[in-house]
Formats: sequence, structure tokens, C-alpha cells
Amino acid sequence: MKILVVCGHGLGSSFMVEMNAQEALKNLQAPADIEVEHSDIMTASADMADLFICGRDLEENAQRLGEVVILDNILDKEELQKKLEEKLKGMNIL
Amino acid sequence: MNSILGFFVDVFSQPAILVALIALIGLIVQKKSAADITSGTIKTILGFLVLSAGAGVVTNSLEPFGKMFQEAFGVQGVVPNNEAIISIALKDYGTTAALIMMFGMLVNILIARFTNLKYIFLTGHHTFYMAAFLAILLTVGNITGTMTVVMGSIILGLIMAVLPALGQSTMKKITGSDQVAIGHFGTVSYWAAGEIGKLFSGKSKSTEDIKFPKGLSFLRESTISISLTMIVLYIIAALFAGPKFVHSELSDGTNFIVFSVIQGVTFAAGVFIILTGVRLILAEIVPAFKGISEKLVPNTKPALDCPIVFPYAQNAVLIGFFVSFITGVIGMLIMFLVGGVVILPGVVPHFFLGATAGVFGNARGGIKGAIAGAALNGILVTFLPLLLLPFMGDLGAASTTFSDTDFLAVGIVVGYIAKFLGLAGVIAAVIVIGVLGVLLQKRSNKAVGEEK
Repeated sequence: MKILVVCGHGLGSSFMVEMNAQEALKNLQAPADIEVEHSDIMTASADMADLFICGRDLEENAQRLGEVVILDNILDKEELQKKLEEKLKGMNIL
Repeated sequence: MNSILGFFVDVFSQPAILVALIALIGLIVQKKSAADITSGTIKTILGFLVLSAGAGVVTNSLEPFGKMFQEAFGVQGVVPNNEAIISIALKDYGTTAALIMMFGMLVNILIARFTNLKYIFLTGHHTFYMAAFLAILLTVGNITGTMTVVMGSIILGLIMAVLPALGQSTMKKITGSDQVAIGHFGTVSYWAAGEIGKLFSGKSKSTEDIKFPKGLSFLRESTISISLTMIVLYIIAALFAGPKFVHSELSDGTNFIVFSVIQGVTFAAGVFIILTGVRLILAEIVPAFKGISEKLVPNTKPALDCPIVFPYAQNAVLIGFFVSFITGVIGMLIMFLVGGVVILPGVVPHFFLGATAGVFGNARGGIKGAIAGAALNGILVTFLPLLLLPFMGDLGAASTTFSDTDFLAVGIVVGYIAKFLGLAGVIAAVIVIGVLGVLLQKRSNKAVGEEK
């Protein structure tokens, strides 16, 4: 299973969210084989990952990607962990 | 002996190798597996080379742009471009620059270890440019020999710690945390943009509240918006220069609109390549930095390149670039009317510094703050180079100069002090700036404590 965090440039905020997501997965005791990476919204395509994470500002652009977690505040670790937990449970991974 | 020194100079004058060394140390400190250490180190070098390749593409696409401007306004102007001036300077100052860079980074680590200025400056290419710049400045100021390296390293290490501290209070507002600092030598612009933005505090909406119409959400994709911006700028410049000039001198007969579109998108392609490179480097450096800072220098923050703030306020990025560039064009017209040296607007500094100043201004004073901050940056990068020219020595005739605000500010301060007060004056200035930096950081730490 692979998670891709995307933002406009694929540099700053997606990288920060990637590190937060790794922490959240550890807290959730998710399977260790879940990979997390980051990229920019333009190069991201649906086949690049099973689940995508992005901020509210990219909601429209991310619709084409499939399974997406939308964050209201990209720096909020609690929101990220809660939404990841729901999503992963829905996907029968947790 | 000389060959050993030569080896070290080669190592430290190759930013790719130098940054890879930092990644290597970080990965070793983290006790990673041999496979992880090897791949992480190679990826860092790879990232740096990808970045340089992208910078080449950007520079190539900017060249005809500069020529169009020169033709349009009929002036032999000075083009502020770090890469150009550095490539000329390194012929005479290469070794001194490499030594200043190496020891400057050591001084930075020592300052972070023993004072409250806990910032490690990680934007390697800017460190290298500043090292070369200090080599020129001190030599022109008659501080020569070993003293150049000693003073250069101390000044470099000091500004690598003090400048991120200057930007940190606004950085906290931008990122919503105290984890990263700005490590880019445009900090004087960013700080000034934040300060002028405070005038509009609470009186203006954030740039990010601007609701772009739904059909415009594709502008969020930065490469698309950069392409569109650059195409428009190229076409305007081409119209001013005259299609005839473009056809005969630049495009080999290709229609000027086709040429402008290709050059505009090429610029965006260059930025795209640069971002890929930066992504590769950061992926190793930031976790590696965690290794270094946690084990060797506790509680330090990485000071990172300016695009780190772009995702936090993407509208401010576009507004900042536009406003700064337009201010630069107006400034150029004023210099043209007054006569004398004309500083041409450099698209690269207006893009990176203008955009970042826009983000800083927005964090303090919304849309109005972003516009005021970016305009202030436009004024600084347009007029400060005039004050710097006397300290460029023989390089002053090279019709290019440093572009970013901190180079200009450091150059003017160190240049005038070295000229009128000599070595003693420079030493006194270093002590004063160091003490001021420590005291200001103390105050800001205290303010944070009270907020909690």
C-alpha cells in the first residue's frame, strides 16, 4: 500500500505532511509496509498511489486521483491522524 | 601538501559533494544501514546536479529576455545575477571562497552549539555565493592573506545564524510552528516585508482568502501559472524590443510570439527541473539534519531555501512576484530618466525574493501587506546595487552584480566599514552584530515563553 502526499510545488508542505503521516501511521500501529512519499499536484496521477493526501486548497485538482484525504489544516497532526484512521479503516487496512 | 589542499578545495568548491557530505554525516549519525547511507548520499549528489541542470535551463531562457529589455530601452544596464558574477569571481577568488565556506559552516555549527542562535543554514549554494562575495569584499577592503579567510569565515558563520533569527518571528506565523527557519540570503527583504506588513495588521484579508473562480483552479499548479506568467512577460518584452529585433537577433527567424511561448514555457520547465532536484536533496538533508541536530547540536532548527514558504500562501507568491517585478521596471525607468547606471530587473530575484516577501507581508498584513512587502523588495533589489558598485573592485566593470538583498546589505555594511575603519572596524562590527543577535533572540524566546 502506498500513500502520496501532494501540494502545489511538491516541496515544503507535502514533505512536512509526509513526515507527520509517518508519525501518525506509527501511532495507529498501521502495517509497516505502508509507504509514504510526496510530490506536486501536477505530476501526481491516480496510478502513483492507493491513497492521496492534500490540503483543502487542492480539493478540486485532486478529484481525479481517486481515494483522497482532504486536510483543512495541513499542519494539524490530530486532524491528519483522525482522518487517516477513518480512511484506512474504510479501506480495511486497519 | 598542495595536492591535499587542492583536494579539499575541490571537495568544498563542489556544492554537490559538500551537501552530500552533510547528508552522509547525518545518515551515519542516525546509524542507518550501509544501503540507506549509500543511496541517500548518491541521491543528494544527484539532486544537486539535477538542480544545477534546471538552473542552466532557467538561465538560458532568461538570456534572450535580458537582451529584449536592453534593446527595448536602449541602455547598457547591469544585470543582477548571482550565478554570472560568481562564475567571473571564482577565477581569482576560488580557493579563498572554498576555505571561507568550509570554516564558515563550522563557525555556524559552533554558534548554534554555544549561543541561543540555534539555526543551521542549509541552503548550500547561497553559502557558497556569500563565501565568494566575502572574499571579494575583504580583498577590495585591503584585508588580505590568512586574515581574509579568518574574518570571512567568522562573518559568514555569524550571518548564517543571525539572519534566520531575523526572519523567525514571521516564519512562525507563516508555518504555524517553530520547526523551520528561512535560510536564504534575501532575509533583509523578508524581514522588511513582515515589518511593513504589520502596518496593515488586521485591516486586510489574507491573500489566501481570494477565491479564484472554479475554472481557475488549474493556476494552483505552479508550473502552469509560472508558464503563463512568463509567456505574458516575454511577449510584452518582445513587443517593446520590436518583432524585427527578435526575429533577426534572437529567434533565428522564428515568429516572436512562437519564440516567446517556447521561452516562457522553457523557463517553467527549468523551474520544474529545479524543484525535482530540490525534492531529492531535501528528502535526505532534512531527516539527516534531524540526525545531526539531535545528536551533535541539540535543539537547532534547519534554515531552508525560500520555496519552503511558497505552499503556505500560493496566491501571495504570484502577487509578490508581479508587484516586485513591476516595481523593478518602474525603478529601472526612473534610473533611465536620471541617467547613469541602470540596474535591469532580474526576473530570478524578483521571482524568488518578491514571492517570499509577498508571503511574509501577507502573514503580517494580508493582501495589502503582501503588496507593500513585495513592492519594498522591488525597491531594495533595484536601488541597493548602486551603492554596492564601488566595492566590486575590477568586477565592477563586468556589467553584472549580486542580486539578493542580503548580499547587497552585507556588502554595503562590510564594504564601507572596511574602507573607512579597516580591520579593527570589521572586528568591532562582528562583535556588535553577534551580541545584538544573541540579545534579540533572547527577547524573542522570552516572548514565546510568555505566550505559552
